[in-house]
Amino acid sequence: MTRARTLFIWAAAVALNGCGGHQQSALDSVGPQAGKIESLWWFFLWLLTAIFLIVIFATLWALTRRHRGIEQEPLERIHLPSGETEHRLTRVVAGASILTVIILFALLIASVTTGKALSELGPKKQGITVEVTGNQWWWYVRYLNGDASRIVVTANEMHIPVGRPVMLRLNSNDVIHSFWTPNLHGKRDLIPGRVNTEWIEADHPGRWRGQCAEFCGMQHAHMAMWVIAEPEDQFERWMEAQRAPSKQPSSASELRGRDVFLNNACVFCHHIAGTPAAGQVAPDLTHVGSRLTLAAGTLPNTKGNLGGWIADPQNVKPGNHMAQIDLPPGDLEPLLDYLESLK
Amino acid sequence: MTPVTEPPLGEIDDEGERRALERSWRRRPGIAGWFTVTTHQALGKRYIVTAFVFLLIGGVEALFMRLQLARPDNPLIGPDKYNQLFTTHGTTMMFLFAVPMMEGMGVYLVPLMLGTRNVAFPRLNAFGYWMFLFGGIFLYAGFLTNTGPDAGWFAYTPLSGPQFSPGKRVDIWAQMITFTEISALCVATELIATILKMRAPGMSLTRIPMFCWSMLVQSFMVVFAMPAVMVASNIFLLLDRTVGTHFSNAAEGGDPLLYQHVFWFFGHPEVYIIFIPALGMVSSIVETHTRRAIFGYPAMVLSLVSTGFIGFGLWVHHMFATGLPQIGEAYFTAASMMIAVASGVQIFCWIATMWSGRVHMRTPMYFVLGFVFIFVLGGLTGVMLAAIPLDLQVHDTFFVVAHFHYVLIGGALFPLFGAFYHWFPKFTGRMMNDALGKINFWILFVGFNLTFFPMHILGLKGMTRRIYTYPAEMGWGPANALATVGACIILIGGIVFIANALASRVHGEIAGPDPWDGGTLEWAADSPPRNYNFVNLPVATSRYPMWTPPEERVVVTGVRHDRREALVTTLMDAEPPIWPFITALLLGLGLVGATFRFSWYYPAFGATGIGLIGWFWPRRPEGVRS
Repeated sequence: MTRARTLFIWAAAVALNGCGGHQQSALDSVGPQAGKIESLWWFFLWLLTAIFLIVIFATLWALTRRHRGIEQEPLERIHLPSGETEHRLTRVVAGASILTVIILFALLIASVTTGKALSELGPKKQGITVEVTGNQWWWYVRYLNGDASRIVVTANEMHIPVGRPVMLRLNSNDVIHSFWTPNLHGKRDLIPGRVNTEWIEADHPGRWRGQCAEFCGMQHAHMAMWVIAEPEDQFERWMEAQRAPSKQPSSASELRGRDVFLNNACVFCHHIAGTPAAGQVAPDLTHVGSRLTLAAGTLPNTKGNLGGWIADPQNVKPGNHMAQIDLPPGDLEPLLDYLESLK
Repeated sequence: MTPVTEPPLGEIDDEGERRALERSWRRRPGIAGWFTVTTHQALGKRYIVTAFVFLLIGGVEALFMRLQLARPDNPLIGPDKYNQLFTTHGTTMMFLFAVPMMEGMGVYLVPLMLGTRNVAFPRLNAFGYWMFLFGGIFLYAGFLTNTGPDAGWFAYTPLSGPQFSPGKRVDIWAQMITFTEISALCVATELIATILKMRAPGMSLTRIPMFCWSMLVQSFMVVFAMPAVMVASNIFLLLDRTVGTHFSNAAEGGDPLLYQHVFWFFGHPEVYIIFIPALGMVSSIVETHTRRAIFGYPAMVLSLVSTGFIGFGLWVHHMFATGLPQIGEAYFTAASMMIAVASGVQIFCWIATMWSGRVHMRTPMYFVLGFVFIFVLGGLTGVMLAAIPLDLQVHDTFFVVAHFHYVLIGGALFPLFGAFYHWFPKFTGRMMNDALGKINFWILFVGFNLTFFPMHILGLKGMTRRIYTYPAEMGWGPANALATVGACIILIGGIVFIANALASRVHGEIAGPDPWDGGTLEWAADSPPRNYNFVNLPVATSRYPMWTPPEERVVVTGVRHDRREALVTTLMDAEPPIWPFITALLLGLGLVGATFRFSWYYPAFGATGIGLIGWFWPRRPEGVRS
């Protein structure tokens, strides 16, 4: 009984929900780009499903029809049906083939039309430009601005204003990655030595998950990114907060934590604006406390997780490039206090 | 030369003649015989058995991956091992199972179907087999010593380059490709020469069996595709890795996309190289078990040939997400959809054949019907993937994993199982158990769909490929668990097949030369065929020589003078030579050594030269036998 129930719940979950989460799904579009693709998907799905059923029924009919027709008579001797049957079959097969060509032509037109519409979507309104650079295994995110002091740098998450197109400039520092937030748009590769562009836009506020889609080595599975769409004013507030240098330590523990950070190897790789830490090869930590996740979507950003991550990065994400630093006992706690305070 | 009307094909005419044939074609006994065999039946069987072993190994790898993905955050297999597993799985299935298996079937069946005694270039055939075997052993020697390749079966640069894949893993992958491409080129050359030059008298181009047409198209595709992967894996990748060229290094003016273009110029035709012979097998099975000549022979042949051509014009649909110019991409969408017309025509012709024939529902037909169901579904998802906007969403997700397993397992493995049941009596002289065969089919069919259908949904729901784990919040757990259950069912199906084959080999009903009353010439030979196939070479009086009434069948007994007629024949070197084995061994050692030290290329090629000198050393004046 319980087993049957479990099975039923399973089957129901699979059938109704596909697989649960909707925050990384091509079938739950929240922007015009993904929306157009989704419409095209349903058109293809229904048409091709119909074709599939017709072919299967035709096959089953061919097998189950009564094999006693007059045209069958000569079969056992010359292994060919009558000329009349062959003529009829030729007409049917030729008709089916021509129909196939026509249907494929219609699908081709639908596909190219959607492609063209997608390419015209981007620059219609004034948008913002964000540079996304792939690294093994995290995302570097930079909001471009003509005024260098207004540039914002963050990592592994991207805030965008609702209803405004965002142009992504995609590039890679090492191997090929691919940027994919299915609720917003299809994927686009990040290729070293090239800059690819892609426009995304969110219709309403929300959080959507994206993930690297091109195999990029050991931790390809843990290279996720959150895109957070907010109303214009909220987005602007976030941008202002991100532009500010890091928050000054406000307690003794935080102060000591900053010293721990600055006196250890952390500074070789990480940057914290407003401190001497100016490393450029790892995520910018100026506002690390404000982020949703750690280690490119691997862990929710909590103090405990941050402690586990710093103490033993290879356990959380084997093969990643973060150095393990053996902190003396008592140093980790203040360091966590300091980093979590960097909102 | 006079055609004699009696006795029927395959029957012994003259005791002395038969003894002479036995003597010319006999294999050396014992261990020496094992290394010196050049008959196509023995080599074909070796290809088939070896490739089947690799199928099992690749299947076990797949099972491990399914176990790892069965639940979220599974600690069973870490990322390092998982990446080696999926790379080795893909490499094995493509290079060590699918292509060699199809080639093995071709090597075994083509000379029989054409009514000749062996393939052209029998020693090259032996050489090709040994290279294939050594390549497979090389890959697994690496895998078992934790040096299995881990950059994917496609080994995209720069990930596979010297900076991001240090060590020998990727070198072993790239060099393994060398082994298998040499082997594939050998077989392709033999089969093209055999099919074009050694057909039975009377077998005009319009009378070639569909399976031989498919092998001809496949062989030409091999000849054009394999050099491309040689350029990608050996020139771009291995030179970047071993001597520091910068083909793929963007910082030095190289371009990683160049590798992708050349790789997929091979990689896409590769799919058709696997799948076109399977289409030929389906035609053979359908015509035999529906008791009628295949419907639309010219349309079928033209479909195969056009698939062969168009197959080279689709490669960019693997690269839609790389950001190529849109106008060029639209061309590849159109080409990718056009190839569906060729497949569609063949499906329609088979349905028409079944509709107007008298279908005997034996196991091979079950597998053909399974093929129609699975392959049509996979073909239709292929049409979806040809549409660029849809491809941008589902590319590199489990949707694609589902798609190509539907196309390759449905399009190649199901026909292949059907072909095993169909030709097993020819290979062994005994029938496979039909009831068990049908059970075998249903287990595989259910297991397959259970494994791969949920992957379509997973892909649309955002699950990307080549990830060793995923968080529970993604909600991908249930569908993945279902897929793993399906994979276990496939395993059971595989065990049933092996049990059936092993038991039938010993206890199966004696088949006789022609258990299905087939139409093509392989059914004229004994089961299993003798080393020389036919006592008297048959004449193809029609497209289905075995379906012409016995009193009208003709065999060749001499050379005819009274009219213009060419019988393209050649003296076969039936002496069993050891040199193909030695040459393959020396070249193989050299290639393996060169993976570790570039300078090994020099002794390797020197030693191979010695092997070739031995191979071609004239032993006695032509035509004189001891």
